[in-house]
Amino acid sequence: MNNASGIVSYGYNVPRYRIRAEEIARVWGADGKRISKGLNVIEKSVPGIDEDTATISVEAARMALKRRGIDGKRVGAIFVGSESHPYAVKPTGTIVGEAICASPEFYCADLEFACKAGTAAMQIVHSMVMSGMIEYGLAIGADTSQAAPGDTLEYTASAGGAAFIFGKEGVIANLNTTASFTTDTPDFWRREGAHYPSHGGRFTGEPAYFKHTQGAARMLMEKIGTTPSDYDYAVFHQPNGKFPLEVGRMLGFEKKQLDTGLLSPLIGNTYSGASPLGLCAILDEAKEGQRIFMTSYGSGAGSDAFDFTVTGEIGKVDRKKTLREMIADCERVDYAIYSKMREKLRRD
Amino acid sequence: MSAPGYWREIPQRYNLLASRCGVCGDVDFPPRVMCQKCRRESIGRMERVGLSGRGNIVTYSILHTGMPAFSDQKPYVIAIIETEEGPRLTAQIVDCRHDDVKIGANVKSVFRKVNEDGKEGIISYGYKFTLVKE
Ligand SMILES: [Zn+2]
Repeated sequence: MNNASGIVSYGYNVPRYRIRAEEIARVWGADGKRISKGLNVIEKSVPGIDEDTATISVEAARMALKRRGIDGKRVGAIFVGSESHPYAVKPTGTIVGEAICASPEFYCADLEFACKAGTAAMQIVHSMVMSGMIEYGLAIGADTSQAAPGDTLEYTASAGGAAFIFGKEGVIANLNTTASFTTDTPDFWRREGAHYPSHGGRFTGEPAYFKHTQGAARMLMEKIGTTPSDYDYAVFHQPNGKFPLEVGRMLGFEKKQLDTGLLSPLIGNTYSGASPLGLCAILDEAKEGQRIFMTSYGSGAGSDAFDFTVTGEIGKVDRKKTLREMIADCERVDYAIYSKMREKLRRD
Repeated sequence: MSAPGYWREIPQRYNLLASRCGVCGDVDFPPRVMCQKCRRESIGRMERVGLSGRGNIVTYSILHTGMPAFSDQKPYVIAIIETEEGPRLTAQIVDCRHDDVKIGANVKSVFRKVNEDGKEGIISYGYKFTLVKE
């Protein structure tokens, strides 16, 4: 019995609007150049008024299906990870399922684990494919995150998402191993009904992001006996442009392994979409035999680490248009338009 | 729009589901149960087909006032689009500079939020279009 499962196709979506970190700083009387440099974030993506986690998920899923000519009816599971599902009660996955014509025969639930819900979805559909429950499974990580006006998170909280189809046939990247590191750490949270999240300030760094990312990464490498030099690419959760480079260095990765998957300087923190989008940028240029290391991070807190090997099937995927080209095709907005788009203006 | 009304139209709103007459081959959007040309002869011979979402702009207008659902997006572009399968439909053109919208321009469908029934009601999703850049 063939138990191997991996990524058969991938798709992505990043809204076309951008706001520069310096423009946000201008409004709040902060030193924009210093903040932008400190975070290593030039600008962040902003969803249009008619975009949300469901629309981003559907666009990413349709791209993934289309580029391999896979009929949505063959998708047996849809798991969408996000902290900004459009409904508090009514799954985003049901909308995606109908939009890709997978309905009604598919397993489905929405996931939430801050910024790592998308990678948790990948682990679930991967397992379902391995067990033989389904032929193809769709895992999505997408968000349109909100940050309180003037909060440090406002410089980075952005929008975007990635979709991965897992299967056994036509695999472009084998998922060799995955490992998770999870604890109860209150570094960032949002209570039911609260519009904006709360966070523990500096507490979000050392005991949260760095501890869990390194924990999962080391756990995985110990499990299979690899070292950073075994990988051609590595991608980490990117709440800003600084943390992923730091954690990569702490683990022993070189900057050149991290550059391809590092998108946060250009689009900010896409939350559940962050490390998955980085993986998409890597798959856009990866070649047969190359090995990819990925570790997500979700506040609360936990990290999922993955080890992939790219196969010869990657040559069969239409990669003429890339994620970086989609990101480059953007339109900048000022803080006033951004406030309207993100419904930050009170009208009642 | 009521939840059941929205729900009934999901196939055409999400996936541009049209009908094709099994007698003359004409495609209609929104889908019909009977062909306007073949009438009774087409009954029972109407098939469901999904439009590809590709087409071009027949004509368009830039709206500075309009329906409440679009008021935060004004000025916005509404166009009549001829799909590659034939049927024409009216839709918003998004993510574009208004100067780039031209008669004859190629467009493709995108999945967007079309309306929200207040802050507590259902969210309606459906097709809008964007310019295809070559
Ligand atoms: Zn007819």
